[in-house]
Amino acid sequence: MSTPRSSASSPDPIPHKSVTLAPSLGMRDPEEDSDSTPSRMSEDDDCSGGGGGGGWTPDLRGGGGRWAPPDQVLEIVLESVLEFLTAARDRNAASLVCRSWYRAEAQTRRELFIGNCYAVSPRRAVERFGGVRAVVLKGKPRFADFSLVPHGWGAYVSPWFAALGPAYPRLERICLKRMTVSDDELALIPRSFPLFKELSLVCCDGFSTRGLAIIAEGCRHLRVLDLTEDYFHEEENEVVDWISKFPESNTSLESLVFDCVSVPFNFEALEALVARSPALRRLRVNDHVSIEQLRCLMARAPRLTHLGTGSFRSEPGSGGTSSVSELATSFAASRSLVCLSGFLDVNAEYLPAIYPVCANLTSLNFSFASLTAEEIIPVINHCVSLRTFWVLDTVGDEGLRAVAETCSDLRELRVFPLDATEDSEGSVSDIGLQAISEGCRKLESILYFCQRMTNAAVIAMSENCPNLVVFRLCIMGRHRPDRITGEPMDEGFGAIVMNCKKLTRLSVSGLLTDKAFAYIGKYGKLIKTLSIAFAGNSDMSLQHVFEGCTRLQKLEVRDSPFGDKGLLSGMNYFYNMRFFWMNSCRLTAKGCRDVAQQMPNLVVEVMKEHPEDEGETDTVDKLYLYRSLAGPRNDAPSFVNIL
Amino acid sequence: MASAALENLKATELRLGLPGVEDDSPAPATPRGSKRGIADNKEEEAKTVTAAPAAKAQVVGWPPVRSYRKSCFQQQSKSKPAAEAPAPEKEEAAEAPPPVAGSGSLYVKVSMDGAPYLRKIDLKMYKGYRELREALEAMFLSCFSSGSGDAAAVNPADFAVTYEDKDGDLMLVGDVPFQMFMSTCKRLRIMKGSEARGLGSSSKE
Repeated sequence: MSTPRSSASSPDPIPHKSVTLAPSLGMRDPEEDSDSTPSRMSEDDDCSGGGGGGGWTPDLRGGGGRWAPPDQVLEIVLESVLEFLTAARDRNAASLVCRSWYRAEAQTRRELFIGNCYAVSPRRAVERFGGVRAVVLKGKPRFADFSLVPHGWGAYVSPWFAALGPAYPRLERICLKRMTVSDDELALIPRSFPLFKELSLVCCDGFSTRGLAIIAEGCRHLRVLDLTEDYFHEEENEVVDWISKFPESNTSLESLVFDCVSVPFNFEALEALVARSPALRRLRVNDHVSIEQLRCLMARAPRLTHLGTGSFRSEPGSGGTSSVSELATSFAASRSLVCLSGFLDVNAEYLPAIYPVCANLTSLNFSFASLTAEEIIPVINHCVSLRTFWVLDTVGDEGLRAVAETCSDLRELRVFPLDATEDSEGSVSDIGLQAISEGCRKLESILYFCQRMTNAAVIAMSENCPNLVVFRLCIMGRHRPDRITGEPMDEGFGAIVMNCKKLTRLSVSGLLTDKAFAYIGKYGKLIKTLSIAFAGNSDMSLQHVFEGCTRLQKLEVRDSPFGDKGLLSGMNYFYNMRFFWMNSCRLTAKGCRDVAQQMPNLVVEVMKEHPEDEGETDTVDKLYLYRSLAGPRNDAPSFVNIL
Repeated sequence: MASAALENLKATELRLGLPGVEDDSPAPATPRGSKRGIADNKEEEAKTVTAAPAAKAQVVGWPPVRSYRKSCFQQQSKSKPAAEAPAPEKEEAAEAPPPVAGSGSLYVKVSMDGAPYLRKIDLKMYKGYRELREALEAMFLSCFSSGSGDAAAVNPADFAVTYEDKDGDLMLVGDVPFQMFMSTCKRLRIMKGSEARGLGSSSKE
């Protein structure tokens, strides 16, 4: 058993000692890697505790008027009070007070958040929590998004659905991230949960339009169907007309997001669906929707707040071609729009059509639109209220300067590369970053892909934007130093951790020595998520991180000169973390086995570089370890070796 | 910006051979990245062990952009040099292969006036115009004949295949050598023959 980290009076969210209480069971946190609008799937923000209701007095008599013995009164009062607690850390803390609090909390927890589907068995979760209405489940490690986890690794939803079905007939909401869900499993939802209201699938795979059809048809109270960056692998002739399957009467739909379902669909059915969904506020369509069709949809749903605009290109149909001014009229009529995305195949000539809504926009996602600075500047100049902006680097430093000049309220910026290769030209640089830091002082979250960066710009950002919670800088060329001084990027990242005292998530890149990690360990006290790639000199880097970052929960490392010594320096801390991923470093099977042997509540998975390779090798290419109350999983494929 | 200037220079470069016939020159080796402030032996060691061979073959999953996002820009990114293939091709299969294949494809959207939705085709699958036209006919005629019983009403000869090039101009397919067409074509559009007359004027509003 690990030595618990000493923390004097700070309210520690993760209980160290008690193995009986699953540390990973907590409440959801919003905002990680999903789409523009906070979609409740990430770990960057902290939800504060729920608000209490005013003017409520407890019914101390309990049970409808009959007198109840004092200890039961306490439980009833407790349950009533705990209903108001929504935040994970508050609930986890409450459950540790004593047995009756544990029971009361378990009965009143409405949302079950499982950050790692293998950390606890479904049966155990279901046995503890009786009144759950919403489940959030996360599966594969994040590096699976970058093809680093071989196909078939796991994260199947089936054992969970098998347990949730009988246990929670009143379940209303399911959110899955990086899990494999089949159509048959989706079919379980309407069968098991007659009150089902919200389904959100992020970066999931395994299902098709057939499963969507079942959901549409079977879940009569559906309010939310959000499909975000899921993997579809359907042939066009297999596609099912799922949109037609929604109930024929008025629906309760509030949100319909399917931009990643990039197959043709029945547009007339969608138009009719929108017309009979008076509560619809969020609609994001795929790239098979033209401007002319978009206008139809907007006319049917004038109260939309979030709109994914589809292709944003004219496809002349039977009604002819829409002009820019006609499209502008449609936007002018949508007075409630605050979030725009899509632009999946944009014809920039149509961009001025969105001017009528720009001043009210708080969120704008141009990250699939290859726009130049000239094309974007006139648009951005109107967007004075913008808080979230996603864009491609094609706009260049000049485009970013325009953002800095106009969007003084900006909180989140993401700049993606059009050409995501190491040798690409890269159109944004330290100049853009510097400009942003000067104009957007309230910035809280940034993701920035570039080819050229300087310490000076990063330091400037650390000084100008002290509210940064998320700092993810990706210098795409590996081991690239400061482009002006030739120095490593140590000082820049050091300044970030030093000056941004609220920082909880950090991704580093560029040429980095152990010094950078010494800074991170020394100052990064609130860091929960750290991503390291092609960085560091020696195992000291890892040691600095483990010893210094007392709040560390998720650590991802790739292609860095760290070996067994670095791994072992984390031994005392692994139980406090959700997981540790390490690939293409210098680990050996022996080092990994040492960890596995000494830590019984850790699952240590090693994967071969090439799944087809036979036999044992001494070096370990991929290591994924995570704390778990469930022990080694029984669904691991042959290329996964659980030590 | 320097990079834009470089681009323009390359475009005006005098060469034998038609535009669109790529010479597979590797990306210019710029001095950036090679200057290092510290001469650190350990760091050198690290580089040779963990980094790919000096010519920088593509590394799996780097830069960390989700395959969903990458597949949307497949045709816009530089064609990767085929020479350095082994490392990326050997990779473990992605979780679910993105709909667009690796560096060897060139997907463009195809729309047809009157057809209910767009299709996508990979231009690299076709050796020339004739194959392309045959494929298009097969793809779109079937969608008409399955809808109405009126198969005779649709005559391929009535339709003209046009494309939108890099400058946004609408051009008739078949005028330029196929290779050149492949490098400039952004999307295809099948329209009624009558509308295709007088092509050359801009199609924009």
